[in-house]
Amino acid sequence: MPTIRIPTPLRKLTNNQEEVVASGATLGAILEELNATYPGLGERILDEQGTIRRFVNIFVNDEDVRFLQEKETPVKEADVVSIVPAIAGG
Amino acid sequence: MSKKSWFSNLKCRECGRLYEKEAIHICEFDFGPLEAAYDYDAIRKVLTRKLIESRPQTMWRYRELLPIDGEPTVGTQVGFTPLVKADRLAKALGIRELWIKNDSVNYPTLSFKDRVVSVALSRARELGFKVVACASTGNLANSVAANAANAGLKSYVLIPSNLEQGKVLGSLVYGTNVIGIRGPYDQVNRLCSEIAGKYGWGFVNVNLRPYYAEGSKTMGFEIAEQLGWQLPRHTVVCMASGSLLTKIHKSYKEFIDLGIVEKSNFTIHGAQASGCSPISTAFKHGTDIVKPVQNPDTIAKSLAIGTPADGYYAIRSMRETGGSSEDCTDEEIVEGIKLLAETTGIFAETAGGVTVACARKLIATGKIPKNESAVLCITGHGLKTQEALAGKVGEPRVIGPSLREFEALVADEVALKS
Repeated sequence: MPTIRIPTPLRKLTNNQEEVVASGATLGAILEELNATYPGLGERILDEQGTIRRFVNIFVNDEDVRFLQEKETPVKEADVVSIVPAIAGG
Repeated sequence: MSKKSWFSNLKCRECGRLYEKEAIHICEFDFGPLEAAYDYDAIRKVLTRKLIESRPQTMWRYRELLPIDGEPTVGTQVGFTPLVKADRLAKALGIRELWIKNDSVNYPTLSFKDRVVSVALSRARELGFKVVACASTGNLANSVAANAANAGLKSYVLIPSNLEQGKVLGSLVYGTNVIGIRGPYDQVNRLCSEIAGKYGWGFVNVNLRPYYAEGSKTMGFEIAEQLGWQLPRHTVVCMASGSLLTKIHKSYKEFIDLGIVEKSNFTIHGAQASGCSPISTAFKHGTDIVKPVQNPDTIAKSLAIGTPADGYYAIRSMRETGGSSEDCTDEEIVEGIKLLAETTGIFAETAGGVTVACARKLIATGKIPKNESAVLCITGHGLKTQEALAGKVGEPRVIGPSLREFEALVADEVALKS
C-alpha cells in the first residue's frame, strides 16, 4: 500500500504516527480513506469545497500534485505521498 | 489598567481564526499565514489628516496602523523618504506624469527594509526577545544588523553566501553574526524556520512576520500623504516574496476605509526579474498557483526568491486592482538603473532597475496608459549592488594635471568662455 507521510502538526490526529498507509488508486481516494481511519484529518487538508488547502502541499514521490492532476493524481503501490505545510519566505 | 491598543489580534488570512499577539506566524488549523488585525472602528475615531500632519516626519506618524502595543523603541526615525517628481524620466518612458518613491535613501540602511525591521524589533522588545535574526537576500540583513546594534540586541543574519559585497560588508560592520549559507534563499529560509523553532529567537521574517510585514504599509501611506492626500492612479512595485506589493495595496485600502483619502480608482502592478519571476509567470498564465523556481538566476539577487510566500496574495492584489505583472532581463535591469540615475539623479540597486525596466514595458504595452500618472517604488540604494554595473557605465578618462591635455580632451564637447 502507498506510504503517507504526516507532518508534525497533524500527528496528533494519527496517534502520533509520522507514517501511515492507505489504499486508493488516486490521491483523492487515499485522502478519503485517511479521513475515515483518522477522523478530523480530512478537513485539515481539504476545504469545504473539497479542494486541497492553499497552504498544504502534497507530493507524490517528490512531485507537487498541483502540477500533476491534484486529487486525480494516480498513486501506485510503492509510491510515497508526503503532506507538507507550505513554508515560504522573504 | 493596560493602555488602549489599536492592534487587537493576529488573524489567519485564509480561515479568519483569531490568535493572541505572540511570536507566531502560521494558523494551526490550515497553515495559512497570520496577519495583524486592528480595531478600525476605534482608529477611525482618532486618526485624521491633521493628527498625522502634527507628528514628526517618520513612518511612525501612522502609529495607530502599526502592530505594536506601546511606543516604538527601534527605528523611530525611519521613513518619510522623498517622493520625487520625475519629469525627465516620464518623458523618456512616454508617460504624462511619473513619481519616484525613493526608499534608496531610507534611514539608516538605505532600503525599505528599515520600515519592516523597525516594527519587528520594537515588537520583539515588547515580547522579551534577547536575540533577533532573519533570513535575507541582503537588505533585510543590513537593516536587522544596524537596528539591532542601535537597540543593543544580539543578532544573527542568515544569507545566501554569494551576495554582493556591499550587502555583506553592510551587515558585518554592525557587529552582527553573519552566517552565509551555500544555497539559494529558499534553503536559507527553511533553515531559519527550523532554527526559530529550536532556539526561541525573534526571526523578523519568520515567527515575527505578521508584525514585520505591516511596516511596508508606511511606504503606501507616505505616497498618499505626499501626493496631497490622494492615491496614485498607478503604482509599480518590485516583487521578491510579494509582501511589499500586498501591503501597499492594504495601505491604500485602509486609508480609504478610514476616510483619510477619498475613494478613487487605483491600480497596482508588479515587477520581477526574468531569471526569477514565479509570480509574474503565474500571473501571465492566468493562474494563481505559483510554480517555485528551483535555481533563480538573475543579477537582481535581492529579488531572487524562488518560492515567494506572498505570491498568491500579490497576484490577487494585481487582479483586484486591474494591474499587470512584468519581468525583465539582466540587460534591461542595468539600462533601468542607468536611465533612472541619468534622468532623476537617483542611484538604485538592481531591484530598482527591475522596477524601471518593467514600468517601461507596462507603459509601452498600454497596461499603464500614457496619459495617466504612476509612482515607481524604489526600494534600495545602488551602492549596495555595484557588481551589476561593473564595466557597464564606462570608465573615467584619465589625463595628467595639464590644461593642454584637458583642452585636447574636451575640444569637441564644450566651448571656451568667450
